[in-house]
Amino acid sequence: MAKNIQVNIVEEKTKGGVKSRRLVAYIVLGITCFFCLIWFYVLLINATRYHGEIKSGFSALPSSYLFYNLKNALTGTKPILQGMINSVIISTCTAVLCVYFSAMTAYAIHAYNFRLKKLIFTFILAIMMIPTQVTALGFLQLVDNMKLNDSFIPLIVPSIASPIVFFYIKQYMESSLPHELLEAARIDGAGEIRIYNTIVLPLMVPAMAVQAIFSFVSSWNNYFIPALVLTKDDKKKTLPILIAELRNTDYANNDLGKVYATIAFSIFPVIVIYLILSKYIVGGLAAGSVKG
Amino acid sequence: MKKRLLALSMAMIMAVGSLAGCGDDKPAGGDPTQAPADNKTEATPTEKPVLNEDVEVVDISEEEEGKVLNIYCWNEEFKSRLEDHYPGYSKTDATHGKIGDIEVVWNITANQDNAYQNNLDETLLKQADAAADDKIDLFLVEADYALKYVDTEYTMPVTDLGIDLKELSTQYKYTQDVMTSSDGTLKGVSWQGCPGVLIYSRAIAKEVLGSDDPADVQAAVKDWDTYKATAADMKKAGYFMTATTNDTFRTFSNNVSIPWVNADKKVQIDDNIKKWVDDTKEMFDAGEIKSSADLWSADWNSGFQRDGKVFCYFGPAWMINFSMGNAPGSVDEDGNPKPDDGTITFEGGWGATEGPQGFFWGGTWICAATGTDNKATVADIMRKLTVDKDIMLDIVAKDSDFVNNQPAMEEAATNDAYAFPVLGGQNPLAMFANGAKNIALDKITAYDQGCNEEFQKAMKDYFDGNADYETALENFYAKITAKYPALSK
Amino acid sequence: MKKKNRSVVSYNKWGYIFLIPFTVTFIIFQLIPLVSTVVNSFYINYRDGLETVVKFNGVQNYVKIFTEDHVLRNFGNTMIMWIMGFIPQIVISLLFAAWFSDPSLRLKGQRFFKTVIYLPNLIMAAAFSMLFFTLFAQEGPVNNIMESIQRLFGVLKEGEAYTPYDFMAHTGSVRGLVALMNCLMWFGNTTILLLAGMMGIDTSLFEAAEVDGATSNQIFWRITLPILRPILIYVMITSLIGGLQMFDVPQILTNGSGQPNNTSMTLIMQLKAHLYSKNYGVGGALSVILFFITGILSLIVFKFNGRTDEYGKA
Repeated sequence: MAKNIQVNIVEEKTKGGVKSRRLVAYIVLGITCFFCLIWFYVLLINATRYHGEIKSGFSALPSSYLFYNLKNALTGTKPILQGMINSVIISTCTAVLCVYFSAMTAYAIHAYNFRLKKLIFTFILAIMMIPTQVTALGFLQLVDNMKLNDSFIPLIVPSIASPIVFFYIKQYMESSLPHELLEAARIDGAGEIRIYNTIVLPLMVPAMAVQAIFSFVSSWNNYFIPALVLTKDDKKKTLPILIAELRNTDYANNDLGKVYATIAFSIFPVIVIYLILSKYIVGGLAAGSVKG
Repeated sequence: MKKRLLALSMAMIMAVGSLAGCGDDKPAGGDPTQAPADNKTEATPTEKPVLNEDVEVVDISEEEEGKVLNIYCWNEEFKSRLEDHYPGYSKTDATHGKIGDIEVVWNITANQDNAYQNNLDETLLKQADAAADDKIDLFLVEADYALKYVDTEYTMPVTDLGIDLKELSTQYKYTQDVMTSSDGTLKGVSWQGCPGVLIYSRAIAKEVLGSDDPADVQAAVKDWDTYKATAADMKKAGYFMTATTNDTFRTFSNNVSIPWVNADKKVQIDDNIKKWVDDTKEMFDAGEIKSSADLWSADWNSGFQRDGKVFCYFGPAWMINFSMGNAPGSVDEDGNPKPDDGTITFEGGWGATEGPQGFFWGGTWICAATGTDNKATVADIMRKLTVDKDIMLDIVAKDSDFVNNQPAMEEAATNDAYAFPVLGGQNPLAMFANGAKNIALDKITAYDQGCNEEFQKAMKDYFDGNADYETALENFYAKITAKYPALSK
Repeated sequence: MKKKNRSVVSYNKWGYIFLIPFTVTFIIFQLIPLVSTVVNSFYINYRDGLETVVKFNGVQNYVKIFTEDHVLRNFGNTMIMWIMGFIPQIVISLLFAAWFSDPSLRLKGQRFFKTVIYLPNLIMAAAFSMLFFTLFAQEGPVNNIMESIQRLFGVLKEGEAYTPYDFMAHTGSVRGLVALMNCLMWFGNTTILLLAGMMGIDTSLFEAAEVDGATSNQIFWRITLPILRPILIYVMITSLIGGLQMFDVPQILTNGSGQPNNTSMTLIMQLKAHLYSKNYGVGGALSVILFFITGILSLIVFKFNGRTDEYGKA
């Protein structure tokens, strides 16, 4: 009996503990979400307000100048819309090339035994740490010599050699690509390239999808290299470069409504797409990283 | 043991010595006997070149015109001048237009941080190999870096475009001096003059000084001591003298006795620049200046608002037009009245007066790029915008600019039809015309833009109390030598 | 037997073939640039006006990096801002991952929370930091709101003027904003990574611990954390490499000036300044130094956190 009571007390205590812990968790999560979203709320509100209204102080309610500001932003000298298209093209190509060839590299190390395998694997791990900025100088000279300034090629093609993506996919391969499967395919007479494209790639989709999102996002965000490569033609510039040029305010560009509308234009489409796909993205990230 | 120690220390001293020697990196061929500290060259690096009047004008009437006119510039100003005032220009979109059959392509890069110059340089250096339609035909330069291009083969003498120097006789002389190369040829022309004035809020002037009449306001800002006393009055009444610490910079930097960079490519600080630092620090610490933000920033132009609490700005005519902007009765592209932007400009609340010291700011010159295949069009743009009296007066009337036409300006100065709506109906042209006569640009160098920008940025730390003057100055030297590796401290 | 051997060999040559794209790309776009960067670091190579000056300069560029270029100061700034952002990032992520994975808490709306906290990671850093710059301007919305709050609570009396806080003029606030942005952008990502790791832990371990009377704190410190170590190392290394490359956020926030008094100047911002003014000699020397700093730091992290093959098995 006495024992029973004690158990009850302990349970009550833990129950009470769980309740208060849950409350704390909700409060902290709520506050964090507030801090994640408030900036975008202010941005949205200010994008709908006229320069003079923004200047007169903050208001929590939107005004009616959203389309006026958007029109100013889109028809100004900075080709924001073209910038977004450029960013989409570069990021998509980068993501596709990057995962396809990284998986290929991973497959080479995973599936075959050859003399330099160990050496090459160690080497790739070692260069994983080299930031692209370190070689940026030589890279720029190279781009200049190849006459590829203002071209998307130097921003897309180098992603074929992405050690981190390679490493991630290789880890995934180890747990989900049995050698027996490859042997079986070979007995069926399939060629090596065919095996890679029709058997290996489909099995790698979860890992590749996650890495594709990562490389898309990092290319989408990339500012350092594109800003040094795409210097001349505004129509070739990516969105981050055009946004950064906003910071270079000059006396013809001090309409805050337009500034907010430009930032909003570069942020909200991504948010909308993300919200539509969030189920897959967040779920996919979690699923993909379990193995990683 | 002792011997070895001695040898070691000797070696170390030598090593340190040689390191120190490398540290101050004298330019090759520099005179080692020159004393480094007080070696401020009094004269400009080279004697000012004199314009050679009897150059032969090249006849270009036989040359065929290219299909594309590529224009490089750094903002909308020149574009709107062409759109609004050049006969036969039609706008296609934000960066394209047409003059007859010729397509006009605008390449606009912001001026700040040398972005425009770098972009222009890259293209100019490849100009010789570029296809005819990709070559730059016309580009603009500013006084801060005009010299970088004047003495190069990348700019064409205007006489090679078929322009006779006699045609340009109405222009202010200083606008031609700047663009005269060392062999005496004129390399570019300007449509505007940029004498600066003090632009003040009429409402605040009335409240604090008791009058918004330019003459009465001038009495309160007639020299720097009076200016500072007025600033203290403003502070007492709850107003700020200027919006940022950088507002007065040009009035000091244009009245220097030595250039930013001397003949040995050493950066030097003029006493008047130092005076700007001291005066500004004093006023900022006293709370008489609103903020230490950058010029053109949102914090800078917040003084335009009705409740902005800023008494005055320093600037030339283009600032009145371009920055104060939303003038009473102004309309957008579709002809609809612009909404009230909450600025005093919107009700014509500004006034203008000479201010404590005359100065000069900006100024845009039109240059023809060597290799252009549109010489006739470039020449015609030059003639229409910088010589044609009717068009130039039209610019004054519509855009409140001060144009580079001495007789026309002296005439318009007494004509009420040319009053500026932004200035509440005041006609400041006489003031500008007077200032334009006194402008001398003999202290400019090719590195001025970087020096001006970086110096203001570096001094912000001193004003904010984040660094003492010496540290801020060291930071300036570090930034300027990183920006222009050819320069040294 | 012999035949099989031969076929294995012929299969294995495909290993080399599949490595060709990686190798060729690496050599062209990374190795050659790396070599030319190193070569450049021993030369004077810059533009003066429209002329290019090139001459051999020995190790003078390296001397310059340490004296005039303040590489150590910039390295310090970079690390301080990284740590300021990384510590809250890892703490919050661990906390959230623990909450999300705790079956006894049964948090509702997990998908909503995960969606929201991952959101900032997808925002372009350039746009995010431009946004922060406008929001935190002296006359920006944040100062407006601070003024309203002070008036609401009577801190500011009627008619008393509000002095706006200049976020860009204080070392703490500039670094704090940079750290805040980095933290906001990355903690969601880290949470999801850690959560995945926690979900992968065999629940029988927790049950056994509970039976033994361990508190949830003890379980977290004694079981969850040690098992998570490989993932934590992965997070730390990627974050450190990312931190060393810190550029977009402080560059756009301070417009490349690293204000105030160069306290938010990062290594890459300095590199960008040299590349921008086409000063390839000094830029090259800085790149080489950056290369060594990255290498040394990576080695330290590897050694500090255990053997590399353990990490390899993560």
